[in-house]
Amino acid sequence: MKNIKSLLIIAILAISFSSCSDDDSPTAVNEEEVITTVRFVLSPVAGGASVVMQSQDLDGDGPDAPVVTIMGTVLASTQYSGSVQFLNELETPAEDITLEVIEEADEHQVFYALTGSSNSTITYNDLDADGNPIGVDFVFNSGIAGTDNVAIVTLRHEPNKGADGVSDGIIDNAGGETDVEVVFNYTVSN
Amino acid sequence: MKQLLLVVALLTVGLSYSQDCSYTLLGELKDFHDGEPIAQASIYIKVQNRYITSDSQGKFKIESLCTQELELVISHIACETKTIRITIKGATFKVIRLEHHVEELNEISITSSTSRKETVTAQETSISEKTLKKYSALNLGDALKEVSGVSSINTGNTIVKPVINGMHSSRLLIVNNGVRQQDQEWGIEHAPNIDINSAGRISVIKGAGALAYGGDAIGGVIVINPSRVVLADSLYGSTILSGQTNGRGFSVSYNLSKTYRNGWFVKGQGTYKKQGDFKAPNYYLTNTGSVTKAFSVNAGYNSFESGFEVFYSYLNNEIGILRAAHIGNIADLVTAINSQEPLVAEDFSYTINSPKQDVTHQLAKLKYYKRFQSFGKFSVQYDYQNNQRFEFDVRVGDDRDKAALDLNLQTHTLSTDVILDSETDFKFKFGLMGRFQDNFANPETGVRRLIPDYNKYDFGTYLTVDWRINETTSVDAGIRYDFNKIDAKKFYRTSRWEERGYDVDFGDIVIEDLGTQLLTNPVFNFHNISAASGVKFEFNDKNTIRFNYSLSRRPPNPSELFSDGLHHSAARIELGELRLKQELSNRVGLTYIFNSLNFNATVEGFYNRINDFIYLEPFGIEQTIRGAFPVWNYRQTNAELYGIDLTVNYNITDNLALANTSSFIRGYDLSRNRPLIDMPAINTLNSITYSKPEWNALNLTLKSEWVLEQTEFPNTNFEAFIATTNQNVIVDISTPPPAYHLLHFYSDMSFDLSKKMNMNIALSFTNIFNTTYRAYLNRLRFFSDDLGRNVMLQLQLNY
Repeated sequence: MKNIKSLLIIAILAISFSSCSDDDSPTAVNEEEVITTVRFVLSPVAGGASVVMQSQDLDGDGPDAPVVTIMGTVLASTQYSGSVQFLNELETPAEDITLEVIEEADEHQVFYALTGSSNSTITYNDLDADGNPIGVDFVFNSGIAGTDNVAIVTLRHEPNKGADGVSDGIIDNAGGETDVEVVFNYTVSN
Repeated sequence: MKQLLLVVALLTVGLSYSQDCSYTLLGELKDFHDGEPIAQASIYIKVQNRYITSDSQGKFKIESLCTQELELVISHIACETKTIRITIKGATFKVIRLEHHVEELNEISITSSTSRKETVTAQETSISEKTLKKYSALNLGDALKEVSGVSSINTGNTIVKPVINGMHSSRLLIVNNGVRQQDQEWGIEHAPNIDINSAGRISVIKGAGALAYGGDAIGGVIVINPSRVVLADSLYGSTILSGQTNGRGFSVSYNLSKTYRNGWFVKGQGTYKKQGDFKAPNYYLTNTGSVTKAFSVNAGYNSFESGFEVFYSYLNNEIGILRAAHIGNIADLVTAINSQEPLVAEDFSYTINSPKQDVTHQLAKLKYYKRFQSFGKFSVQYDYQNNQRFEFDVRVGDDRDKAALDLNLQTHTLSTDVILDSETDFKFKFGLMGRFQDNFANPETGVRRLIPDYNKYDFGTYLTVDWRINETTSVDAGIRYDFNKIDAKKFYRTSRWEERGYDVDFGDIVIEDLGTQLLTNPVFNFHNISAASGVKFEFNDKNTIRFNYSLSRRPPNPSELFSDGLHHSAARIELGELRLKQELSNRVGLTYIFNSLNFNATVEGFYNRINDFIYLEPFGIEQTIRGAFPVWNYRQTNAELYGIDLTVNYNITDNLALANTSSFIRGYDLSRNRPLIDMPAINTLNSITYSKPEWNALNLTLKSEWVLEQTEFPNTNFEAFIATTNQNVIVDISTPPPAYHLLHFYSDMSFDLSKKMNMNIALSFTNIFNTTYRAYLNRLRFFSDDLGRNVMLQLQLNY
């Protein structure tokens, strides 16, 4: 019986020793590398008011859908210098994830799909170290007036940048995984 | 011939100094348990080279003895012959207590050919050490498929979770060396953290019949025991080396035991396995390598009357997850499903990149037992488990090498069991268990917690009885009560909290409002009663029937209660449910066993009705910045499962044998009137073996594995808008892959290298014809084909 006693004592000691679990509340996770906000910014090359299209989803994969806002008007037959911004607005101040995309340019590419009667076009205006486009800076030509235009912005992580058509902005062979996919409906006005 | 152990209780009487040879030894043989005399035992007196027999009172007398050491060899029917030494210094009286209950011996049996059962009437199948050694380089889940009705649910080829009669994860209970495994078993991509090389014997019990281990085993119980300790002065061990072509993997396993006749023992065991990228018939499966490091040490003292054991085991698994299976949104999933080949298929490599898992499981155990004459056996055990799980995702920037999931689960269990077996026909077992569990989710990951911090308290008590009514009929029955308390601290997004309606039902558990998040303190108490009972008839040598009924309750696990977030490889948002109740299962199993010299067959049928069965079902679609995702949430329904498992062996001649295992299972959601998801398809394995013991124990086996297409499945397809192509498509995630047929070959030979050393060489081919196939229960079937041909060479040295 002596053995049982000593075993029990060891066991009880072990339990009490390692179960000193703190009753403190856990700390909230500081969410990193979450993209909450995508801004599609168009500045007229010839000067004038910029257009900012924004998709913002502050609850991440929570139930609330992203909120899309468009500030300014896209004018017909206008050339815009364009850029895209990815932000994590859960942090204060907001973290600019675009910088990470540029830093790891060889592993990222932004794709744009434009449809609608205006026939707007986008051409890449930046290159990574291998001479492939990144897609953060671009040139946007608005085309003719129309109300049914759609711009789809897709950020791919680890795409196959050398695949057929990828450097021309065609996503079909890109592979990789989608980090961002937002849709803007816009009007081109005279 | 059954075996027997005997323990000598010394009751030496008689004091005399005379030197003449006129002493008498009076002996009395008694049953250890009930003190009944053992009559008609044969006693061989070595020095005199003659036999005597114990009388009806179990007594014997040896006269005309000098001062000497006397060696007696005592044998009795159904007992192993055993030698004892007695020192004669005068007239001596000695009571010799023999262990008579052969099948109830637990720790101290000498290597046994008779298989010990965990239960009397349940559907139980054992896998022997010899068979397990074939799987040295593989996983526990692969070996368990030897049992008819056991399949596996896989994530790739290294994460293999056993499925018993269609049930897996929390519905199975795994007991490793007497310790209930606590390794976050709730997740489908969480394989059991057990080194198969540490197992000496595995029993699979279908259904909840083994109440001593827990009452929530709705699917079944897997009992893994290390190889038994020999009660002799011996040093023995084995080394297994394996190499295989697919994955260019190799594995080394080593074990060594030192035992003493007086009961002391020490054992050690270690395994190292390394695998590179596996290969499907037409391409490499990039990032499917793995590394396993494991060891265990065990020491203690065993005797019939008392003993103790100290055990420690360590296991680390680093497992790469198929790179092509890591996807960002539905569009990526659709692309993957439509692509015939994985989107990432590179050349062979041993490198393990993200996504990957790195899991370490440690187990420490202390056990003590003591037998009391005419009473039974008492044992007490403390065990501690530490499960550390890291999951690495494909991340960017500074977080690239930071785990996306970092969970630490610690479990302490104190348990005690009492076995009352002093009555020959009755065996009572009674036990108490207390457990404390602490889960810690590290917030440093920078990713919202998948499973929250929680403390869990369990208390359990059970009583079982085995009653051998007569030579042909045995009955067992048991009842168990468990109390579980989960005390969690979880952050909810305010938007999710309200969308789930928790603000109405659970408003009082909010302890802090952080604006966009709420800190809550959900506490759950569950009371569970479970019971099992059955009967076994042995009509004659050849025919046996077993019938078993079990009632079991399983409380929801942390994943079912608390899941909250995006599941990457499934491209879906999975949500737990705080309102879940316990599942309640009523299961009946009927087994018929036919045994003859050349033909053995076992037919096992079961029906399992589960009320409030917890499962995931699609609920809707939610928009995020990555695009749209289907939302799956946990619901409860009433379900039924039924099936038949068949095992047949037929020896055509002394050298040629046929074997078959087949299983059929169906599962239905009774509320929705549709099949349950992830039910194993009908399958049949047939093999023909040629063996020639004279030719170095040559064995040649050709095995055919035929898996039918699962035609019974729920339709969980959904329609999604693919922005990049501006189209609505049906995403087919439910149609099972077609049937497949594979051929395998296994051969082995054994050579005696010396008197004490034996070598076994095995050469095997799996998927001989490099057949392309996908398995319904492989979660990565959307992304790639299953494995192509593999050739494996295994060298086993026993010494």
